[in-house]
Amino acid sequence: MIPSTLAYTKASSIDEAVAAVAAGAVPLSGGQSLMPMMRLRLAAPEAIVDLGGIPELVGICEDENEIAVGAMTIHREVAASELIRAHAGLVADAAAGIGSPQVRNRGTIGGSLGHADPHSDMPATLIAAGASVLVRGPNGERRILVEDLITTYLTTTLEPGEIITQVRIPKGDDHSAYAKFHRRAIDWTIVGVAICIGDDGVRAAATGVADRPVRLSAFEEVLNGGGSLDDAIARIAEGVEPHAGLDGSVEYKKHLLGVLARQAHAEASSR
Amino acid sequence: MTMGQTITVTVNGTVHTAEVEHRTLLVHFLREQLNMTGTHIGCDTSTCGCCTVHLDGDAVLSCSTLAVQCDGREVRTVEGLQAADGSLHPIQQAFHENHGLQCGFCTPGMMMAALGIIEQQPNATDDEIRAALEGNLCRCTGYQNIVASIRAAADQMARS
Ligand SMILES: Cc1cc2nc3c(=O)[nH]c(=O)nc-3n(C[C@H](O)[C@H](O)[C@H](O)COP(=O)(O)OP(=O)(O)OC[C@H]3O[C@@H](n4cnc5c(N)ncnc54)[C@H](O)[C@@H]3O)c2cc1C
Ligand code: FES
Ligand code: FES
Repeated sequence: MIPSTLAYTKASSIDEAVAAVAAGAVPLSGGQSLMPMMRLRLAAPEAIVDLGGIPELVGICEDENEIAVGAMTIHREVAASELIRAHAGLVADAAAGIGSPQVRNRGTIGGSLGHADPHSDMPATLIAAGASVLVRGPNGERRILVEDLITTYLTTTLEPGEIITQVRIPKGDDHSAYAKFHRRAIDWTIVGVAICIGDDGVRAAATGVADRPVRLSAFEEVLNGGGSLDDAIARIAEGVEPHAGLDGSVEYKKHLLGVLARQAHAEASSR
Repeated sequence: MTMGQTITVTVNGTVHTAEVEHRTLLVHFLREQLNMTGTHIGCDTSTCGCCTVHLDGDAVLSCSTLAVQCDGREVRTVEGLQAADGSLHPIQQAFHENHGLQCGFCTPGMMMAALGIIEQQPNATDDEIRAALEGNLCRCTGYQNIVASIRAAADQMARS
């Protein structure tokens, strides 16, 4: 039993979901983060609205410039998508590496972003891929770069009443990779580095080295200015603020950044 | 505001209509309302896999799914593995023959995860079976015989 009482509704359209969220309900997607949080009493929403009954939130399609991934698309589908693999292989790889098959059968791309855990793999890979989200709220629809979505632990720039409806990933040749380090199979990532090498240069982002996913700006600057990978790695930790914790010291995490950047860069270059 | 509702869930082929509180997790619905205690609870963090059941054919954690989310859907639990005549499912038979359990606490989840693995990857190698078992913890066996059991069950199911 979830410790506190709870009112549940299932929305059958985005408008219905937005109305419920605007009235104070918390959106429920795959429940793979929200349910454990409720069981541990870290979250105690009075009302939740299930997004699981809205067909238009599920599925992956494309237009000329972008891939559109519905917010309720599960990690298993993202991992298996040839379309995503063709244009942003690192996003498919990250999805394939999340939790266990059971978690990937329920957990969603929209939930991963809405949850805003600094150790979650999806945000950094989507930042490196230059992705945005479409969000819907009481005042209509707007677009937010994933890079501008997450501000600190479990906190986003979504306004009250807004939900993520779609993730938009730019199309292009895929030279991308995500390298992460964790101790045991389903443990969360300690540090991860996502790299995309595109026509407009290198874009890189990291998981686990701040209170939110971060762009690795100094690293990018060196590479995009024609510098060597060694020089870029020497500056990779500039501007990042890892926290010391049970999963490692600040020095250790900065060290991991360099090791993983080398791995991800080699893999991205070879794709 | 209502805090509960009537749901209709098909569990192992039998249709159940029941009143549930909204906060009732699927695992508690199965164990405490339907008295089907085959599905186990091993953690509070969605990490042990003991509670694995199939929801509309996919292996999921019943501790991270609300009973109301299963309204109108099909659930299969470990009790639903054996045939109507009581004969063991190939997965149960293989765990029996290969000593795939010791205390048995993790076993219902292991077998339901095994079913998902065999359905998704019928030709999985031992390494792929190990990787796909990442969400199921066993404190007794060291996994060796669990992998052997799943291998044997996959081979048997491919033959039949
Ligand atoms: C054992 C285990 C291991 C895991 N390992 C990893 C891992 O290695 N890497 C990783 O990245 N993740 C991991 N996860 C988390 C997993 O990816 C979750 O699926 C994800 O964090 C949340 O997605 P969800 O769909 O389950 O969201 P939910 O749990 O339903 O929701 C999470 C939060 O996001 C909000 N939310 C949900 N949908 C929306 C929306 N559309 N718009 C706005 N807000 C929304 C909810 O209100 C809630 O606050 C793991 C989870 C478990 C249980
Ligand atoms: S009880 Fe541990 S994962 Fe469900
Ligand atoms: S047999 Fe005892 S926990 Fe697996």
